[in-house]
Amino acid sequence: MRFAPILTLLLAIVLAAMPLPGAVAQFKPDWVAVTMIFWALASPPAFGLVTALVVGLMLDVLSGALLGQHGFGLMLIVYLCRKFRPRLRAFPALQSTLVVAALLALNEFLLLWIDGVSGRTVPIGERWGPVASGTLLWLLVWSTFDHGSEQAPARL
Amino acid sequence: MGAPGKASTGIGRGGSLGVRCLLLSIVACTAMVVDRRTPYLEPVRDALSLVVYPVQLAVDTPSRAWRWASESLAERAALLEENRRLKRELLYSSARLQRLEALEAENARLRELLDSTAQITDRVLVAEILAVDLDPYRQRFMVNRGSLDGAYVGQALLDANGIVGQLVDVSPMTAEAVLITDADHAVPVVVNRNGLRTIAVGTGDAGRLRLPYLTNSADIEVGDLLLSSGLGGVFPAGYPVGRVIEVRRRPGQSFADVIAEPAAALDRDREVLLVWTNDDVTGLADARPAGRLRARVAAPPADAAEPDGDGASPDAPSEVETDARVADVRSEP
Repeated sequence: MRFAPILTLLLAIVLAAMPLPGAVAQFKPDWVAVTMIFWALASPPAFGLVTALVVGLMLDVLSGALLGQHGFGLMLIVYLCRKFRPRLRAFPALQSTLVVAALLALNEFLLLWIDGVSGRTVPIGERWGPVASGTLLWLLVWSTFDHGSEQAPARL
Repeated sequence: MGAPGKASTGIGRGGSLGVRCLLLSIVACTAMVVDRRTPYLEPVRDALSLVVYPVQLAVDTPSRAWRWASESLAERAALLEENRRLKRELLYSSARLQRLEALEAENARLRELLDSTAQITDRVLVAEILAVDLDPYRQRFMVNRGSLDGAYVGQALLDANGIVGQLVDVSPMTAEAVLITDADHAVPVVVNRNGLRTIAVGTGDAGRLRLPYLTNSADIEVGDLLLSSGLGGVFPAGYPVGRVIEVRRRPGQSFADVIAEPAAALDRDREVLLVWTNDDVTGLADARPAGRLRARVAAPPADAAEPDGDGASPDAPSEVETDARVADVRSEP
């Protein structure tokens, strides 16, 4: 149980590197970011920023991005999740989904922005597929989250 | 774990959380800037790439297993058919090779006469493409050879049909390659028909290359074969890069819109060849600059000499031809 976050994050990294066929590839969810959000809300508060940075570095090496690029966005996500943790945990499904969509969009925007600043050409239109599918993925995650973490009920 | 009491301490530690987040963000931003502008972080990247190597292998396993299964479960008839086809292709290829060997020998003799180093034979190594999805917005992929196999940054990659790309990042076990169709990539080419030199730029679409530096009066036609020119020193000269599929001359603009289709099967390859050009391997030191220069100058006429008809005096008739074509385009709309 203690290793559950690490194992699921590794799985998320593998899924992120897994190629998807043709038309679906555009809608590959941001597995790692969704997993990060889940653990930032579900696990004890000790879970955190350094993990996000390390996982981000692994993603950077996998995808050939600048070192620190993915970690930056993930860290901000984890920070926001932990800052507003009690509130986010108490949110009903719809509200939490909206928040997660905003977080994923923020992450995607940071990646896009850093790509732009470092002089790489990136198509903008295809950037929103992962946000949409990641939000849908969160709906699934949320349904397990409610039942699964009964031992740690949300509290305002 | 996760007791309510602990959750509320999360609020109490908010300040230190913010400070830590700020500090780590500064670290991340510094790392990005340093990585962008200097090579100091390359060892870190190499070390991390060894850490993620198992991940890459794990990701590659399903497609490898699928391939193995479909190969071992293939029907006998299909295998026989493939065998027959391959035999036919081999016969065809070896027949062509015989002619090429004669030409190669002749070329080497002529180059000796010109006192230049022969650049025909290149050393190659087969590398397998790992089925790892990198950033989907860039035309990049991972191969299973690295600096331990002698690969180096800037090395050219070929497949059976032409030039695929070059290596941009080499770690001990793997290397990252960029395709010639990446939006940030350009390859110097020469038109096989008349020796016209230009540059083919990637579009970000695996099936298209752009030739933006050709004027409206340039002698280029649909169907022209583009070969690597060897200028720029990255790609070996004389390998196919692509074929022109669209030429649009607009009278109002000085440059033509020329689109080419890559010769290599960029999005269908499983294996590619890493190439060491002759200079890199042997490092022949005798009068190389002069010899090389002469070889470059000599290359275009040698190319043009093959299709004998229009290669003889390329300039004057081609000018007339293009003028006629421009007139055609004008009269169309």
